[in-house]
Amino acid sequence: MRSGEGADLVLRGAGVLDPVAGIDGTYDIVVRSGRIAELAAPGASVDGLEEVEAEGLHAFPAFFDPHVHLRTPGQEHKEDVETGSRAAAAGGYCGILAMANTEPPVSTPGDVEALREAAREAASIPVGFLATVTRGMEGEELTEMGAIREAGAAGFSDDGLPIRSARVLRRALQYQHLCGGTIALHEEDPELSGDGVMHEGPVSAELGLAGIPSVSESTMIARDAALAGYEGGRIHVQHLSAAESVEAVRAAKAAGVRISAEASPHHLCLTDEELRSLDPRRFKMNPPLRTEADRQALIAGLRDGTIECVATDHAPHALEEKEVPFEQAAMGVTGLETAFAALHTELVLPGTIDLGLLIERLTGGAAPFDLDRPTLAPGNEANIALCDLSAKWTVGEEGYESRSQNSWCAGRELTGRVLMTVAGGQVAYRLRSFSLGVAA
Amino acid sequence: MKHLLAIKDLDREGIEAILDRAESFAEVGRRDIKKVPTLRGRTVVSLFYESSTRTSASFELAAKRLSADLISLKAAGSSVDKGESLKDTCATLSAYDPAAIVIRHPYAGAAQLVADWSEAAVVNAGDGKHEHPSQALLDLFTLRRRLDSLEGKRIWIVGDVLHSRVARSNLVAFQAMGAEVTVCGPPALIPRGIEQLGCEVSYSLERLGEADVVYALRLQRERMAESFVPSIREYAAHFQIDSRRLGPRQLLMHPGPVNRGVELSGEVIDSPQSLMTEQVASGLVVRMAILYELLAAGPQRPVSAADEPEQSPTPIGQPA
Repeated sequence: MRSGEGADLVLRGAGVLDPVAGIDGTYDIVVRSGRIAELAAPGASVDGLEEVEAEGLHAFPAFFDPHVHLRTPGQEHKEDVETGSRAAAAGGYCGILAMANTEPPVSTPGDVEALREAAREAASIPVGFLATVTRGMEGEELTEMGAIREAGAAGFSDDGLPIRSARVLRRALQYQHLCGGTIALHEEDPELSGDGVMHEGPVSAELGLAGIPSVSESTMIARDAALAGYEGGRIHVQHLSAAESVEAVRAAKAAGVRISAEASPHHLCLTDEELRSLDPRRFKMNPPLRTEADRQALIAGLRDGTIECVATDHAPHALEEKEVPFEQAAMGVTGLETAFAALHTELVLPGTIDLGLLIERLTGGAAPFDLDRPTLAPGNEANIALCDLSAKWTVGEEGYESRSQNSWCAGRELTGRVLMTVAGGQVAYRLRSFSLGVAA
Repeated sequence: MKHLLAIKDLDREGIEAILDRAESFAEVGRRDIKKVPTLRGRTVVSLFYESSTRTSASFELAAKRLSADLISLKAAGSSVDKGESLKDTCATLSAYDPAAIVIRHPYAGAAQLVADWSEAAVVNAGDGKHEHPSQALLDLFTLRRRLDSLEGKRIWIVGDVLHSRVARSNLVAFQAMGAEVTVCGPPALIPRGIEQLGCEVSYSLERLGEADVVYALRLQRERMAESFVPSIREYAAHFQIDSRRLGPRQLLMHPGPVNRGVELSGEVIDSPQSLMTEQVASGLVVRMAILYELLAAGPQRPVSAADEPEQSPTPIGQPA
């Protein structure tokens, strides 16, 4: 993150909710030099601080996304550290982890150092970088995982591709004992996915699109959980999409495997029924949107902790890669700027999950990578998402902080909006129309 | 009707209107001069990104019989070959102000995109494995001439349903006209979940005798290499329609081109039950009817600016 002044401000009269820290009440949040100095009774007298009128608003610990594509190096026409971190800040995030499937992939200590330097110059919020498990993501030889960790990689992932070879993954899990670093896995059996472009089921049957069966994901999770269990390794399963996959993770956890899992807002909110529009800009991604039963299984996993975190899998693409027939379009949607609002609208407001659980899962992405969970407990670095839970807004076709416009939420009316984000102790984002009081 | 993109966009009435119109063009086809002036001065673009014989030939002849100006573009040898995007191609074609674009494309949804990106009426002449509505309409036309009504009739669609846009469109079209449809083929070639479209699924021809109409699909030889079926011989042993399996009162259809000796035996192709040549003949008149319904049946578009109704500009200061 760019270096800057630690924030000095007071959020007046916000509804403060940090379920993990056991905080739930109306307070003035006093931030001094970028740290949470105090949760004071409303109306406390403070000097020399910027006043933010937050009555009627809610303050949460800012969110952490362990799965973002910043597209740099190589595809800066889609996103880069500056635009991607700005999008994250606009979504209320105080930390993100960038995937390594760039062009070329992040496979050497030098690659990691260069990205960390870029983040120090251009990032609005703290950004961590994963490196690939295998050299060039070719699935054959391990990267120099030890040196890469020393260069500061937050973990390892060949995300975008599965690690086909059980032998290669086993070697990586063995080497992990030496260098640490959670291995995040894109779980998919390419033999079963074939040339699939959407979930295999009645909708794909009707549309004549090649299907990706649920077992393509769940069988690989079962394999990799067994390997991790055998080697005592630490794995994180990315973007769960199928009911069978939730069950596989649940079973692995019950068996004592060191495994964690994430689900994306689009998989939690949408089903393959959306594909009837044949709109790849909003609805083509991998893993694909699946059925209502799968969606419900993901929600159940979120509730019981099988899935500890929400991750957006923010995957920017240029319009020309999306304005083509469905089968030809690039896979992936953006989601950083809308994750909170979408989940608040689709899951919290209808009563499917409560607000506290949502905040717990939106901040739960740090722990799988041994990073600190954002918290509002006094004494900690200030990481705050200030939200208006009643604000209704329509997500536009354009006008994103992200460089790309392939948001799955485009055109949707959402309720709940991030007004301001404090990340790493600094003010990282203010909604342009959100007016601020002036320090007395 | 602005476009013809999918059979499911049409209700029974809409389908029947096209079939009735096709009937009147069949009458024109029996005259010495088979051309009508309906689309004189209007342009039809035929844009084929996949090879096709019958569909492109019959659409192009249909346009000519209606006196339209025809631009025929094949992917090979055009700018598409040079990597031009579909969107850019649409923009280029718009310069000719086409009244209709007939498009065949290897991917689902392409016709819909052309409809979004151009002012023309768009006819889907096959998009990926998704839809082929003009084929379904010509098949209905062919059957209607033989059976009067499809109400309560049993139709079996046999073969590679998974990779067939014809199967998808026809399944919907047959059901719309009151028929009961069974899809039949080896399990790997029957899409998972297709029964939710209201058809029955069978992995064997055992009950084929119940069918009034047998609609066989083409089996591409590549399917064997992809392990969908172990061998062409084994496929034929289980699913080939031959004279032993086809009863004398059952009608046989196939969208063509046929792999003789694979999905159909030689003798059934040439049997009196076979409607295949009638299907080809129906293709022309049904496609004339489609172009007519899209371009001529509704309110006529002015031919030139001179025919434009007089419109006084909104005076300044008046609410527009």
